[in-house]
Amino acid sequence: MSDTYKTLAEFAQTWGLLYFVAAFLAVLVYALAPSRKKRFEDAARIPLKED
Amino acid sequence: MSLWSRHKIFETNSIILLIGVLIVISIGGLVEIVPLFYLKSTIEKVEGVRPYTPLELAGRNVYVREGCYNCHSQMIRPLRDEVERYGHYSLAAESMYDRPFQWGSKRTGPDLARVGNKYSDEWHRDHLNDPRAVVPGSIMPSYPWLTQRELEPSLVADDMKVQAALGVPYSPEMIAKAATDLRTQATTDDPDAAALASRYPKVQARDFDGNPQRLTEADALIAYLQMLGTQVDFKLYDNKANVR
Amino acid sequence: MTQAATSQKSMTFGEAGSALAFAALALLCIIIAAKAHTPEYAFHAYLFAAASGWAAFKIVDRYYDRPALLPPLTINGKPNYNMGPVKFATIAGVFWGVAGFVIGLLIASQLAFPALNFDTAWLSFGRMRPLHTSAVIFAFGGNVLIATSLYVVQRTSRARLVGDIAPWFVVLGYNFFIVIAGTGYLLGITQGKEYAEPEWYADLWLTVVWVAYLLVFLGTVMRRKEPHIYVANWFYLAFILTIAVLHLGNNATIPVSIFSPKSYIVWAGVQDAMVQWWYGHNAVGFFLTAGFLAIMYYFIPKRAERPVYSYRLSIIHFWALIFLYIWAGPHHLHYTALPDWAQTLGMTFSIMLWMPSWGGMINGLMTLSGAWDKLRTDPVLRMMVVSVAFYGMATFEGPLMSVKAVNSLSHYTDWTIGHVHSGALGWVAYVSFGAIYCLVPWLWNKERLYSMKAVNWHFWISTLGIVLYISSMWVAGILQGLMWRAYTSLGFLEYSFIETVEAMHPFYVIRALGGALFVGGSLIMAWNVWKTITAAQDVAVEVTPALAAAE
Repeated sequence: MSDTYKTLAEFAQTWGLLYFVAAFLAVLVYALAPSRKKRFEDAARIPLKED
Repeated sequence: MSLWSRHKIFETNSIILLIGVLIVISIGGLVEIVPLFYLKSTIEKVEGVRPYTPLELAGRNVYVREGCYNCHSQMIRPLRDEVERYGHYSLAAESMYDRPFQWGSKRTGPDLARVGNKYSDEWHRDHLNDPRAVVPGSIMPSYPWLTQRELEPSLVADDMKVQAALGVPYSPEMIAKAATDLRTQATTDDPDAAALASRYPKVQARDFDGNPQRLTEADALIAYLQMLGTQVDFKLYDNKANVR
Repeated sequence: MTQAATSQKSMTFGEAGSALAFAALALLCIIIAAKAHTPEYAFHAYLFAAASGWAAFKIVDRYYDRPALLPPLTINGKPNYNMGPVKFATIAGVFWGVAGFVIGLLIASQLAFPALNFDTAWLSFGRMRPLHTSAVIFAFGGNVLIATSLYVVQRTSRARLVGDIAPWFVVLGYNFFIVIAGTGYLLGITQGKEYAEPEWYADLWLTVVWVAYLLVFLGTVMRRKEPHIYVANWFYLAFILTIAVLHLGNNATIPVSIFSPKSYIVWAGVQDAMVQWWYGHNAVGFFLTAGFLAIMYYFIPKRAERPVYSYRLSIIHFWALIFLYIWAGPHHLHYTALPDWAQTLGMTFSIMLWMPSWGGMINGLMTLSGAWDKLRTDPVLRMMVVSVAFYGMATFEGPLMSVKAVNSLSHYTDWTIGHVHSGALGWVAYVSFGAIYCLVPWLWNKERLYSMKAVNWHFWISTLGIVLYISSMWVAGILQGLMWRAYTSLGFLEYSFIETVEAMHPFYVIRALGGALFVGGSLIMAWNVWKTITAAQDVAVEVTPALAAAE
């Protein structure tokens, strides 16, 4: 195994993992934050509005 | 609240959404594909793998044209039964000149990665003409037109030029001699056979389709099938040196 | 030509420019046809020339026929939707669907009875199989996606499609690509890469069409009256964008000559394999999943007349799905010469993918909560809900098969074919049928479908077909995998390869039977769609069909 492989693998297994967890948490907070509840409920009704 | 409310832009700004999607879908592809070009361990160092001869390349193009990859793989996995059935597991180096790769995804028929030299030319000719004449239970289509269609030797040099531009080590000499090399390989005891072999080591040269008068697509396809998996000498190959 | 108009009426820049471009293309194609290396390629060049010539003529002809002003964006404050291209794509979807299923039935029968190859080049399995996969995925699925996306984006944005000629160019150009690709396979023109068989010139044409598609879609989203972009449009946008990226990456080829149909890919061997399955798996992920999830997120709430179960879940679903899917490709290359680290990544992400997939399934199914009775009375809704259940099943099986130990048995066998079809027939085709059944009365201003009873028959016949298909392929695949690795007590391989082929025969026959039932169902749909469109406005000939169907 080359050193390049080792370096890359170590980076992916630490910072990469951290980054993914952070990104996932960000999406969760974004989607579930109470402040956006009303907005999302309105958005969900878009297909049902007649025109 | 103030920071998070900025994410409203995803829902309301289509360009930001577009860029967000592009970034998210890029990560996985980049991480999995880019290192394959930079990590030296991706393709083992192996003796014996050479570019296809003009006739083999023409045969390979027939293989691609007829869609053989829909039913035949060219990738032996390192599993006990596969190695016993087909031979040494496939190395990445063995397909390093394959454009496109033909590893396949389905074995309606058997793997062909090492089919070279397992059957005689006559067997292949009969089998392509009518598979059930030699293998009664076979469900392979017949390819009777392959022994009928003439092969045009002059066009293959263009194919080699493009491959050379893409990095396949075809020398200017190989490209210049493409048409004669193609004819030489499809002829039994051709006087130019030695010159051909100097350009393409271990090349098998003879009349493959059993009809010395004609140069057919069957000549090319059988020449290709007969070289599959024969380039690397596994008596000399060191498994341990290439552990990845 | 450009200024040949009265003082008030003048050609738009788009009309003049595209007519000129098509005329130039027609000329170029005639030159290419004259110098083509092969007769097959010359045939395609003439097809291109004829189509471009027709397009140039049609644009000018249309200009002379149309009123001086282009159609207004709104009429009496209501959006003036452009549904012509949507109608065309809907009909094309039905047509290609039936055609693709029939070819599927033919190749299934060829595997059971090889005499059906007729010893003819263009009819042989190796050329027909790409025709089948392209016809069902790109022709049927693609037209349904284009039809529904152009419908949904207008409706949820409350805005007319952007462009005058562009939407027609997208729809007609895409279907012309299908014709070129399909006839190419039969003539032996192929790149030899699964699901990416069309050669360089077809790929180039598709790129132009696809960019136009993206611009029309995006432009319409930008024109919207709603502040929020509805989640179905997120999925459509991700589908269009990602397919563009995948298409460019996997079809990076150098043509041998402009006069030759043949090209060589810039990637070779192991790298080509990785790029191919990065493309191949995400054609599943973004064409067959993200695009059809968009259909789910619009048509199920609309048909059930209630909002999606959880809009927040749909957002998490979206980001998690598009992020994870793109990594899953290497699970098609387990135990191959692809480096182990890439295989491990592919397996890990495939297993994680199970979660967003089921999140989406739950979201779709739970939209029905409180309205489950509609499943009894509305066979169209039932079809779509069953499709979501199949989606859940296929996305459970997928991660399972991506585990290396399972894959060592399932890979190269008909188990994979069974898995693909539980997704393709159960999920993709069913949700498409549901969308078509919704769209046709809406688009042609009919009160309802011609016959609800026929929908019911379609549902049950094709469900039986799917069950026969996937169960026979599961048994066949597992049997095949076990026979390949069976040993005698003396330690020799127990079966020769041909014995494992012969053991498949009964299952191939059952599979073909299942396929025949699926074809039968689709013919009922085609008849029903045709009768709905041609029947008079007041379709109420049938006596309470919905109730009759329910009993």
